[in-house]
Amino acid sequence: MRWLIVLLLAIGWATGASAVDLEGEALARYHELNAELRCLICQNRSIAESDAPLAQDLRAVVAGQIAAGRSDAEIKQYLVDRYGEWVLYDPPLNANTIILWAGPFVLLALGLLVVFVIMRRRRDSADTAPAVDRERLSRLLDAEAQRGAADDDDSSREHS
Amino acid sequence: MRWRLVIPVVVVLMLIVLLGYGLTRRPDVLPSALIDKPAPQFDLPTLASDRERIRTADLKGKVTLVNVWASWCVACRAEHALITEISRRTGVPVVGLNYKDTKEGALRWLGRYGNPFAVVAFDRSGEVGIDWGVAAVPETFVVDRQGTIRYKVVGAITRDEMNDTLVPTLERLKASGS
Repeated sequence: MRWLIVLLLAIGWATGASAVDLEGEALARYHELNAELRCLICQNRSIAESDAPLAQDLRAVVAGQIAAGRSDAEIKQYLVDRYGEWVLYDPPLNANTIILWAGPFVLLALGLLVVFVIMRRRRDSADTAPAVDRERLSRLLDAEAQRGAADDDDSSREHS
Repeated sequence: MRWRLVIPVVVVLMLIVLLGYGLTRRPDVLPSALIDKPAPQFDLPTLASDRERIRTADLKGKVTLVNVWASWCVACRAEHALITEISRRTGVPVVGLNYKDTKEGALRWLGRYGNPFAVVAFDRSGEVGIDWGVAAVPETFVVDRQGTIRYKVVGAITRDEMNDTLVPTLERLKASGS
């Protein structure tokens, strides 16, 4: 029974310095920061969304530091120092995250390059293919015309 | 025209490497921000007595293993025997950080399974755990003589991990004099 009371008190402490103590702009900052910080246990949620005990503790840390007058950047740095840039849903641009930031643009550029190459190939073949066809076509047509003329001569003789 | 055959093969090989990398990583184990950084400051009562305190300064001067644990943590029970074995094999003292636990629960746990710790810091609120970047218990830190964190194990220690990394790391740090 005693441990239960202690546990409840501990939970009370952890959630005690929460949104209740904050008002107006500070409360808005609290909600904004919570949404930008990633829960380290349930990794695809922010600490605002998560009910994990650690997320509750981290919300209490955010609330406590806002109440203590720390800036958003200071609070984020405090958590990055302890948990790494992983806690940020909006990671800063640096050597470790360059692939993350540049990756989509590199892929887009590669895709455009492939499209460009394919389109140029098509155009090249479109330029040359009809020229060959035209030559052959006229030859065929000439041959056909001569044969047709010969046939006409034959038939006219038979029917006369 | 041969390159037309080469491209799909290269693309498939790149995919295999990429997927293989993705499959062999453990996404739940995060890289620690504290490696090669000084151990975070703390000043906590010990589990044994409220009057005794243990501080960061107490970690200096010798290689230590800091094990974050709780009596409610099932994985801590799993690594308990290995913590004992590491301490016995290397002679490195293990400092326990009892995390978000009750005094009664923690003491009962140590009574039942044995106490591998030289001293246990009692962090009821989990504040010190946050300073140490603890996401979930158990976590184990190797701290060198200068009080710098040199290695960290997230989750329960396995026998392979103990033999392949933890014990060699502790022996190396003990021998190097740093």
